[in-house]
Amino acid sequence: MTYKIALAGNPNVGKSTIFNALTGLHQHTGNWSGKTVSNAKGLYCYNGNEYELYDLPGTYSLIAHSEEELVARDFICFEDSDMTIVVCDAIMLERNLNLILQIIEINPQVLVCVNLLDEAKKKGIEIDLLKLEQKLGVKVVGTTARKGIGLDSLKEKVEQMVLEKTSIKGITINYGKELEKSITNIRNYLDKLKLGINTRWLALRLLCNDKEAVKSCFNYLNFDIDNDSDLLKLIDKEVRFLDKNNIKRDEINEVVVNTIFDISKMISLEVVSYSKIDYDKRDRKIDRILTNKITGIPIMILSLLGILWLTIVGSNYPSSLLYDFLFSLEQPLYNLLSFLPSFLQDMLVLGMYRTVAWVVSVMLPPMAIFFPLFTILEDLGYLPRIAFNLDKFFKKCSSCGKQALCMCMGFGCNAVGVTGSRIIDSKRERLIAILTNCFVPCNGRFPMIIAIITMFFVGFNTGIVSSLTSALFLLLVILLGIGMTFLVSWILSKTLLKGEPTSFVLELPPYRRPQILKVIGRSIVDRTLHILGRAIAVAAPCGIIVFLLSNIMIDGNNILSIIANYLDPLADLIGLDGVIILAFILGFPANEIVIPIMLMMYLNTGTLVEYDSLESLKTILLNNGWTWLTAVCVVVFSLLHFPCSTTCLTIKKETNSWKWAILGFIIPTMVGILMCFIITTVVRLLGLV
Amino acid sequence: MWMKLSDIKVGEEARVTDIRVNGDIKRRLYDIGLIPGTIIKAVMQSPFGEPIAYNIRGSIIAIRKEDTSKILVEVL
Repeated sequence: MTYKIALAGNPNVGKSTIFNALTGLHQHTGNWSGKTVSNAKGLYCYNGNEYELYDLPGTYSLIAHSEEELVARDFICFEDSDMTIVVCDAIMLERNLNLILQIIEINPQVLVCVNLLDEAKKKGIEIDLLKLEQKLGVKVVGTTARKGIGLDSLKEKVEQMVLEKTSIKGITINYGKELEKSITNIRNYLDKLKLGINTRWLALRLLCNDKEAVKSCFNYLNFDIDNDSDLLKLIDKEVRFLDKNNIKRDEINEVVVNTIFDISKMISLEVVSYSKIDYDKRDRKIDRILTNKITGIPIMILSLLGILWLTIVGSNYPSSLLYDFLFSLEQPLYNLLSFLPSFLQDMLVLGMYRTVAWVVSVMLPPMAIFFPLFTILEDLGYLPRIAFNLDKFFKKCSSCGKQALCMCMGFGCNAVGVTGSRIIDSKRERLIAILTNCFVPCNGRFPMIIAIITMFFVGFNTGIVSSLTSALFLLLVILLGIGMTFLVSWILSKTLLKGEPTSFVLELPPYRRPQILKVIGRSIVDRTLHILGRAIAVAAPCGIIVFLLSNIMIDGNNILSIIANYLDPLADLIGLDGVIILAFILGFPANEIVIPIMLMMYLNTGTLVEYDSLESLKTILLNNGWTWLTAVCVVVFSLLHFPCSTTCLTIKKETNSWKWAILGFIIPTMVGILMCFIITTVVRLLGLV
Repeated sequence: MWMKLSDIKVGEEARVTDIRVNGDIKRRLYDIGLIPGTIIKAVMQSPFGEPIAYNIRGSIIAIRKEDTSKILVEVL
């Protein structure tokens, strides 16, 4: 048998951790609200039965107003699941109860999972699970998911519930004499229609005039409420009845919300006990330092600098190790393929293998190191504090402070940043976040930036001074990207996406100790596999294309140099050359391969140099006419240009329109061209090059 | 004494008496449990003065001035 189970809960209560622990999948987790933006589905087996688990986006309530909440509500209301596990945070049980009560009201086939018990205990918070079970009328289980505690008992209770199929009644909320009377009247009418849905809940939604819920409900039931004049009349009659009894039309919803919160408070007073009054003292102390007027911003910049520095230092050694290893294999591989025609032999080894080897040795180590470091910050709960610190700037740009969170995700991958912008409620502000996300250099781009900075601005010493200088330069580049994000957001909200900033509600979660070893282990493995996969999927064919372009001759010139020559005059205006532009264009599928492609092209167009390190790479570039101005422009252009194809497609998917995807391509490219043009013109006018 | 939530200083505690906003933001506030009668405490301020974060039913929530100036409270 296969059973279908929904996993619901407030944001940031560890739903994804439980999901991962049960299914063995690696849904990304992080300490902030809104990490899961779409339904993830996983499977686990227990005692011979299969369980399909759906990880719903976190919501505070089922009165939906953002897309993620809509997804969760519709699933709980209409998807034919066997039961719902509602995960909640032991530290904030009272607020979590609000959602639990709302879900029980729709469908009492609920198992409540009180998670984060260990943290609660540390803070002196005890929860009487048995009493909670009695109060709610549904089964309750306590867990500490990230340590794996309580998961067996969770699976056992799930099994019990789906096998026994006992109908669970669950707590019934009493909304007071008058409202209950109206609910019953409407319910009696609905029951006659045999809709096959919880009629008490629907009656309540109709009375509250919750248009969204009613609409999707009737859509689902294929029922046109406007055709049922009796129902409309009845609702109207009940609303007037309530009005006479001092519950105004637009206050019904408030009465409902208040009642649920009152009951949440009552239950929580009875089941939760605090042995420390100032249980969150330590968190507030840390907050005071991290969001302080004087220290807040410097700490933010320093922690970014620290991560960049560790990335640069940490990747030096593995990078050269990989490089030596992979290129020592080149000759044997070449010999091994000697049975092939020499053209094919060249194409596979000098074209494909070399490009892949380049991507792996230069790009992989920084990516594999940066990612876990950033994940640790994320797990700590620091990212929402960054959004809190920077919100004022975003407000000045008429956009949302949560954009900072999307930008942080963009450091890992811009496509993820674009998807992540779902946490922003306002459509206008969401579009701004989507269109500007690629101004944050993603993981695939900054190894390239680091390499150029090292070659042209820092030198090849391995001491702490030079690595710190590299990190500082990289920081400057990133700050430029952030500055552009603000500038373009501001321009967008004054032109294309005109509007006032809307309201902003951001939760600052408790700090959590990250599981450092687990994070490092997992993200190195995950990242490595991911990058290797991309290297093979994208770099290999690109290597072949570049090889062909540079070896197929037309009128004595290879195609590559023809195109490059054609692009040269334009490229020169913005401080680049035709080869660089072509490399960026060919790198559209993945930014990781821009530098390797560039190199292949330079090497194949005549200036063959034996290259065995960054130093010889620099020689190659200098031989091809690079100056420090070229280096600056390449860095700026790699920061400010069209996002990769995956990101463009994600923009299309998220906005449901090609228009925004195309703008997402054009805007950053124009900004980059303009910036490079200004820099080049100024430098040349001043005669600095 | 009744005043706007935006006028509450960090460290002060107040009881919400009236919420004079509508639409999405009102529902958003209701979601997180900010309803009339709720006791709320200002716990910290962003480096640039706003938003301000409040302790609401045990969780820390940052809200912008535009919104808090429409919430009336009674200082405790």
